[in-house]
Amino acid sequence: MGEIWVLVDHAEGQVRRSTLELLGKGRSLAEARGARLVALVLGHGIEHLASPLAEHGADGVLLADHPMLASYRVEAYAHAATEAIREHRPWAVLVPSTANGRDLAPRVAARLGAGIVTDVEDLWTEGEQLMARRPMYTRKAVGTVAFLGEGPHIAVVLPKVFPPAGRQEGRSAEVRRLAVHWEGVAVRTREVERREVRRERVPLTEAEIVVSGGRGLRGPENFALLEELAAELGAAVGSSRPPVDSGWVPHDYEIGQTGKTVSPTVYIAVGISGAPQHLAGMSGSKYIVAINKDPNAPIFQVASLGVVGDLFEIVPRLVEAVRRAKARA
Amino acid sequence: MNVVVCIKQVPDTEQPIRVKPDGSGIEEQGLNWILNYYDEHAVEEALRLREKHGGTVTVVCVGPPRATEAIRTALAMGADEGMLIRDPLLEGADHLGVARALARAIQRLTWDVVLCGRLATDDNAAVVGPALAEFLGVPHATAITKLEIGEGAARVEREVEGGAEVLEVQLPAVFTVERTINEPRYPTLPGIMRAKRQEIRTLTLADLGLAPSEAGAQAARIRTVRFDPPPRREAGEVIRPESPEEAAERIAAFLRDVAKVL
Repeated sequence: MGEIWVLVDHAEGQVRRSTLELLGKGRSLAEARGARLVALVLGHGIEHLASPLAEHGADGVLLADHPMLASYRVEAYAHAATEAIREHRPWAVLVPSTANGRDLAPRVAARLGAGIVTDVEDLWTEGEQLMARRPMYTRKAVGTVAFLGEGPHIAVVLPKVFPPAGRQEGRSAEVRRLAVHWEGVAVRTREVERREVRRERVPLTEAEIVVSGGRGLRGPENFALLEELAAELGAAVGSSRPPVDSGWVPHDYEIGQTGKTVSPTVYIAVGISGAPQHLAGMSGSKYIVAINKDPNAPIFQVASLGVVGDLFEIVPRLVEAVRRAKARA
Repeated sequence: MNVVVCIKQVPDTEQPIRVKPDGSGIEEQGLNWILNYYDEHAVEEALRLREKHGGTVTVVCVGPPRATEAIRTALAMGADEGMLIRDPLLEGADHLGVARALARAIQRLTWDVVLCGRLATDDNAAVVGPALAEFLGVPHATAITKLEIGEGAARVEREVEGGAEVLEVQLPAVFTVERTINEPRYPTLPGIMRAKRQEIRTLTLADLGLAPSEAGAQAARIRTVRFDPPPRREAGEVIRPESPEEAAERIAAFLRDVAKVL
């Protein structure tokens, strides 16, 4: 039975949360098919990742460990991934929808002639067929997609849609090293520089709670209010489009049709009216809390809790209320 | 510097989308079709490259006859030539099929850079750009926010989780562009007049030397079998607290008791 693979996203020697989510989903797919769940790791100096991957449900770990893979370069990664897939013929490969996952997966699919579905929010089997559900038309519709043929099927899965796999201490996996052949492989991309962004308490797309500001904040200085609330909640800070267009916050804050898609447990929309373009990026959140002074703001139509009031008065008091609630807990 | 821009015509994102009652697709009647938003940025970036380095800007589109309007928008912005790949056999093609057709068309041109939008706002797939690079046998970078052309290579920036990276990519190459890369210009009146008169070349799969089994429905490895409206969010409670303190307490209580995140 063709294996279920998870392409491992790792950074700074750690398996990232998105991978644990895919291991969770991969485990249930593998059990439904009576197949093995295998984690594919590309990188250099990655051996130590095998044990956390095993503990989170991988039956097998494939390590492509080579200096050529020390940092992400699409042609090197596409080569190693394709070679591994050609050799072992997995039935499905789950790829986390990160910047690099989205860069890599279509190239691999094209090389293999494999079906690829991106922005996957659900994944299941119907008989022998792998099915996926994904938002389309900026979340104004939901598409159900069937993978055709025998595979490999490549699913690029959005973060935070599946719960992370639990950890079973001491669980082990069969670890195999892949010998990648590098002769004749052109790698025509070179990393010149990498700039870390100062904030990044939690990446927006991985955060449990997102505090997001809109036009109602009136100026860049007021985002400090949200930063304070976010610090108290352990949340990430985002924005709707107007603050980005006004230059109050950088583009990587933007949530919506022209920015990021997030689906945290709680999305706190502060001074955001709720234009369809914004809802396209956050309506998958489990709970939405909205603070807005306009009782007719469309955001209230999707809010689990809508609060009509002045954000400048409410947010500082909310910081205190959260602090008190945490102290009591 | 000859630049090819791959574009797509999509429903206007300002409009509502209605799913057909039988789930087979969306209601196309009454839809306003526009040039995909990200592709406008790709066209703009191509025009800037031409202004700086000379050369030509050619727009290539896969779509039905109505998609010529999207090509005309790009021509009105200033693109030199437009090409429409149009074939009923492409009905039911997947993204790889579309990328194969684009690759064939582009291989007939002399080009240095191919630009695409980061994604199309209809199916949001973001697959065609990198797949096209693979079929053309050139490197690529997706969702770039900056592009500078140097000697035989381009320097690009892209956002990644937790930061940004600067890459040097050898040319020829394919790039997909993020919206922050530029501010697209508006078509000028003379541009619109010129675009109206301009001839748009139409190509079929046969013209491109592609069999339906290579790019059409038969070649597809995925198929969207059903469309549904998005799940309705239960509208919750909207409260008008007497004081900011009360508001803060209500929110904190919600976070603690309902969302259970405190």
